[in-house]
Amino acid sequence: MKHHTKPGAFGMEDILHELRHFLPAQAPLKDFVHHNTLHAFQHLPFFQALKQANTQFGYQGFLSMDEYRHLYREGKIKGVIIKKVLEEHFGDAANEWLVKLMDESVQTFSEAKVGQFRSHWRDDYHFNLNKVTHPFLFRMISAYLDQGISIWSFPVEAKGFLAAIRLIQQQSFSSILRSKRAQDLLLREKLELTELLEILVGHSDSYGWYLFDQQFAHPGWSGMVSVLESQPESLLDAKPITLEDVIKFECLLEIDALDQKFGENWSPIGIRFPHSTQDLFGTSLFEESDLVLQCWQEAFEWSYYDEVLAGIAAVNPQVQTPGVPSFQALFCIDDRECSTRRHLEFIDPACATFGTPGFFNVEFYFQPEFGKFHTKSCPAPVTPKYLIKESANHKKLAKDIHFHQNSHSLVRGWLSAQTLGFWSALKLVGNVLRPSSSALEVSSFKHMDPKGTLTIEFQGLEENGLQVGFKVEEMADRVEGLLRSIGLLENFSSLVYLVGHGASSINNTHYAGYDCGACCGRPGSVNARVAAHMANHTEVRKVLADRGIVIPEGTQFLGGLHDTTKDEIVFFDEEVLSASNQTLHATHQQKFAKALDINSLERARRFDTLKKNKPLSGLHDAVKKRAFSLFEPRPEYNHATNALCIVSRKSTIKGLFFDRRAFLNSYDYRKDPQGKALAKILGAAAPVCGGINLEYYFSRMDPDRLGAGTKLPHNVMGLIGVANGADGDLRTGLPYQMVEIHDPIRLMLIVEQYPELVMEVLKANPATYEWVKNYWVHFVVIDPHTKALLRFKDEGFVPYTPESKIDHLDHLQDKLLSTKENLPVYLIDSL
Amino acid sequence: MELALWIQFMIGIPLVGFLVSLLVPERKERLLSRVAFYTAGINLASVLIFLVFWAGVGFQSLNLKELVLFKTDHFEFLIDFFFDRVGAVYVVVGAVLTFLITFYSRYYLHRESGYKRFFNTVLFFYLGFNITVLAGNFETLFVGWEILGLSSFLLVAFYRENLLPTRNSIKVFSIYRIGDVGLILAMWASHHLWHENVTFLKLSNAELVSEHLVGHTGIGLFIALMLLLAAAAKSAQFPFSSWLPRAMEGPTPSSAIFYGSLSVHLGVFLLLRTFPFWENQLTVRILIALMGLTTAIVSTMIARVQTSVKTQIGYASLTQIGIMFIEVAAGLEVLALIHFMGNAFLRTYQLLVSPSVVAYLIREQFYGFEPKAKQVESSWMNRLRISFYVWSLKEWNLDRFINKMVFNPLKRLGHKLDFLSYRTVLFYFIPSYLLGFYLLVTGYKLPIFIHSVLPTVFAFIALMMVLKSFTERRSARLAWTMLMMNHFWMVLAIAENEKFSPLEMGMYLSGVVVFGLSGLVIISWMKSYLGQSGLFDYQGYVKRYPVLAFLFLLSVLGLMGFPISPTFIGEDLLFSHIHEDQYLLAFLAALAFVMEGIAAIRIFARLFLGFKRNKSELVRLAGSEFYLSRVTEKSPIK
Repeated sequence: MKHHTKPGAFGMEDILHELRHFLPAQAPLKDFVHHNTLHAFQHLPFFQALKQANTQFGYQGFLSMDEYRHLYREGKIKGVIIKKVLEEHFGDAANEWLVKLMDESVQTFSEAKVGQFRSHWRDDYHFNLNKVTHPFLFRMISAYLDQGISIWSFPVEAKGFLAAIRLIQQQSFSSILRSKRAQDLLLREKLELTELLEILVGHSDSYGWYLFDQQFAHPGWSGMVSVLESQPESLLDAKPITLEDVIKFECLLEIDALDQKFGENWSPIGIRFPHSTQDLFGTSLFEESDLVLQCWQEAFEWSYYDEVLAGIAAVNPQVQTPGVPSFQALFCIDDRECSTRRHLEFIDPACATFGTPGFFNVEFYFQPEFGKFHTKSCPAPVTPKYLIKESANHKKLAKDIHFHQNSHSLVRGWLSAQTLGFWSALKLVGNVLRPSSSALEVSSFKHMDPKGTLTIEFQGLEENGLQVGFKVEEMADRVEGLLRSIGLLENFSSLVYLVGHGASSINNTHYAGYDCGACCGRPGSVNARVAAHMANHTEVRKVLADRGIVIPEGTQFLGGLHDTTKDEIVFFDEEVLSASNQTLHATHQQKFAKALDINSLERARRFDTLKKNKPLSGLHDAVKKRAFSLFEPRPEYNHATNALCIVSRKSTIKGLFFDRRAFLNSYDYRKDPQGKALAKILGAAAPVCGGINLEYYFSRMDPDRLGAGTKLPHNVMGLIGVANGADGDLRTGLPYQMVEIHDPIRLMLIVEQYPELVMEVLKANPATYEWVKNYWVHFVVIDPHTKALLRFKDEGFVPYTPESKIDHLDHLQDKLLSTKENLPVYLIDSL
Repeated sequence: MELALWIQFMIGIPLVGFLVSLLVPERKERLLSRVAFYTAGINLASVLIFLVFWAGVGFQSLNLKELVLFKTDHFEFLIDFFFDRVGAVYVVVGAVLTFLITFYSRYYLHRESGYKRFFNTVLFFYLGFNITVLAGNFETLFVGWEILGLSSFLLVAFYRENLLPTRNSIKVFSIYRIGDVGLILAMWASHHLWHENVTFLKLSNAELVSEHLVGHTGIGLFIALMLLLAAAAKSAQFPFSSWLPRAMEGPTPSSAIFYGSLSVHLGVFLLLRTFPFWENQLTVRILIALMGLTTAIVSTMIARVQTSVKTQIGYASLTQIGIMFIEVAAGLEVLALIHFMGNAFLRTYQLLVSPSVVAYLIREQFYGFEPKAKQVESSWMNRLRISFYVWSLKEWNLDRFINKMVFNPLKRLGHKLDFLSYRTVLFYFIPSYLLGFYLLVTGYKLPIFIHSVLPTVFAFIALMMVLKSFTERRSARLAWTMLMMNHFWMVLAIAENEKFSPLEMGMYLSGVVVFGLSGLVIISWMKSYLGQSGLFDYQGYVKRYPVLAFLFLLSVLGLMGFPISPTFIGEDLLFSHIHEDQYLLAFLAALAFVMEGIAAIRIFARLFLGFKRNKSELVRLAGSEFYLSRVTEKSPIK
């Protein structure tokens, strides 16, 4: 972010720009994508950013001192690591600091700057302004943006929010505002925000601070408005809205309320209590207590990282298995696939698995049969130029009559209650006692009809400025990019699986956050199927052969989808397989099935309410049931506990147990001497994996402000967000149920490549480098030649020697159900 | 065995379940949920078995005279139970839903801090529900009614450190208390009408009722209207509707069972229960039907503009309850009962699946979106359409209306005593009270006229005490003391009115003194140790001092005459000394009683709820043990 080059000069445009920058950037529920919650502070080093965010907004970026000490007593923060961290920071003075960490009580609370100015209404004018204005403001915004809950839709159509309100004021017998002055102001066509602030604040240097106070009293709604201003396509039922309009309306409501209370004669708040906007952004000094917390946090993080690095150092250099693997399977880099791949490799040691972002390097919009819209199917920052359409022969939609709005009306509601009511009693008993699939659930397998056909090949059509399907050359580019980035250029097996992933849940407002992040919060089925089709295309293969990638004729690619909640897998277009591959596929399918059974067992250890004394299949069934149990707020734990992102060959980490905490991206340094593929991988991994990690981090650290709190009282607003109760602000971030088992530590990116090349790549990509340079992710390089571990520090690499010793585990299954806490890194020999 | 004795199980099982659940430690999630689950389950089974036997006696109404709690020569406080068709339907629906909800919540609330509190409160609610629907007379019903009010307050404020739930829980409690005025006055008037604690069994005897009402049509009408007031407040009928959506602050299952289904249908129950009494009063029946109709029309409009799923279901449910009022008024008991069952199940289900609405409706929109057709209509129609939309969005200003008509005038009255402080209050009121007391004891002859207005004057002073406490912000101690003094003035007023024996006075004041002093001790302790004296802000001390908060809640309950304190019976006793023509005195006493409750619960809420004191206080279940992180405190607000 460019920070105020002209100090003191805050024009209205600057203030609005800053506001949009700091407000939560969370899209409507259906488009939920993980991102760094404190993205506005990313230009600062991590700990300085936490400090700044704390003094400015009161956000908490640390655990409390007691929690850290408790973690130390439990052994989750290791003494030897604390020592190491302190010595690095303070050298000889480390012991003095150890005392501070362990024993001294520190007062860390300071009141956030935002909110102080406007609190004078309450403290000195003795008027609770928020209590008067907020409920109606929220109601109006929500009514305007509503996507289909209300039966009577917003009664007027206009070019914007304020224009709509003006129209209502003009065209109805009821009045939105009560005081004469506010009404007159509302009706003025060219109403400037400064005029309103003149009345409310009076002191132009204070406008900025006032607006921050005002908007951060309800960051949820303001953030939503700001997001919709910049990406209006997020609403299927389009509603033009701007943050400025909402602010103007809120100012009008405030003037209205104050006039009602005091008459038109009250002195503006900025005249009585001037606050300079500049002061709000002043740099906060880093204090001793911050340093203590920083050391604790670093020790917490390195207590785990150290194990990981020790594990990597302990992997024996593998004897290269010559020849062709039994099959190859590409999975998403998602941390949930980390264990799936491990199990698969143990069940069939001859197979090879790879990790790559789950959109398989094909970016497009997808429009299913009967769909009135198309949805993006690639990472959020990418804007595709292609459209894939589905044509299928299936029934339209499963329905649940209980959602029909008839039951809300008077006469039809009367009939509903007498009839439907008893039916719902039966359904409720049914679902509570025997959960089963229903129209209410979100199922990853229903995203695409496997029997339908996709318009993958370009036929000369264009729709809405998008090209329908891909040309041969374009397909080849994408397949080549995919194969090069993971280094799969030779030794192709007869079957290469491309397995996307998605999730299933019910009664879950945040369902979009459970699907594939690389597919913009959708299941990856379409991408897997499209990419497989491209790779099987004879013309494409010819082009690839010209570019040096020769895929044998017998090799076939097959798309599939892994449901991470139910641990089930389906494959698409199996009929294209040759007879011999059909047979092979049949045997591989059993391996997949077995791997997923064990995967569900590994996941089951985290589920507290699940009884573990069952046979494997029973356990898997119990895990599946969570996907459609109405009363289950945790269908799966999603990305919780994620901590690592490893960009390397599989052999470098062979046999290591990372407890589903790692994003794994396959990368072969030997096949990327210029670092082109690495640049692409890091360009995606830092914001995507880093974004997921930091969203979990902050939602766990500050569930009240940065997270969505407990999901149990959540109330869906206008289909775009959730609030607590009837009059609350929208909640952003993740519900506490998603993050409760998450250890809040930053992501550690580990890359296997020569350090000089890595540094070159980093510095050539400033956006990626910002993440590393400011320590929003930790960064470690494995030098492939010396096997040395090098840690990024102060814009360079320094060697790191791990302290931990890694245990060898004969059978993983012996260990799995022993605890639901995080397990250490192990080297394992077999399942 | 006499079949009526079985009713005891329907009360006993929830009671035992509730008490057991209090004893289970917080950590034992599984045991807690199991206690709740089995309580509801066993009760359901017991009711179903009972129904078979009951069918054997041809569904005849049963009455069980349970227990006489207090008796003097002219007064008897009797706990009595009654079972008939209406009660049967309510008991069964209550048992089924509670059973399902406890099963549901056992997983849904897993790891939630307050797991125990939730199940305690649900069982407490269930106990209150059963007492209410099985009550055989007004007194018993009132016991259940009070339990329901309190458990509602506790569940709305489940997230007790958050501001909105706390504020809304007080709102719900206040409206419930307004309903209580109705019930108290109805009880008072029916004492005078029947000269005893009339049982519902007698009430269902049409001949007896009409015999009593001859020559007492005025009092008959009064009782019916008061019952209607109580029913309307409990069932959120017009103009009390606005509390219902605001009650949706707790975890979804509790909203579903309380505000979607059971609690909100109790107004209908009260009307069904007392139907024989007002059956022949045409005015009352028309009034009830009109109230139902207004509610149905207004709330269906409000439901149509709601953009949040839970409030929409709440208003949709209200619409149907409005229709039930019409059905009851029309004498269609069976239809109303079927309607109640269907509506209760439907809304429970809809609320429970409400989070699914996002995925479901978005999908529907994705596949079936039709851009809105431009409406062509006359400008006048258009104007009307927009106006109705805005009025509905503002909930027809019902909230403001209640505040304007009920609470603001009371607040203004209370502010008249703003000159008082903790010290001066002693200076003004102790001597004057002693003077009044002296006059009473010595029997000093006053002119008849003065003597006849004295009770009303004293009752008014008592009311003023409560109102002062209601508006007091600067000193918690003053607010609390005023609440105690209210009772003393009230006793004086009644004693001036009629002979009030020392035993009766003792009955009344013992609760006041014990609970009043314990509350005073707690407030004083907080003042000296925490520097906490004002009530300007919500202080949220509950997390830090949970036991203290619980003790203070008990004091509040005792002082407000909740059925744990002898004051509860004392209140009833006190009303029995107000003559049937002293409407003003009765009204003042009832109002003081009601406002006492609201003021007391406000003090509790302001001291202990509504604010998160610790910066990131998280309760995490680590293994089987807990740890609480105690973090630095926010300095108390000046």
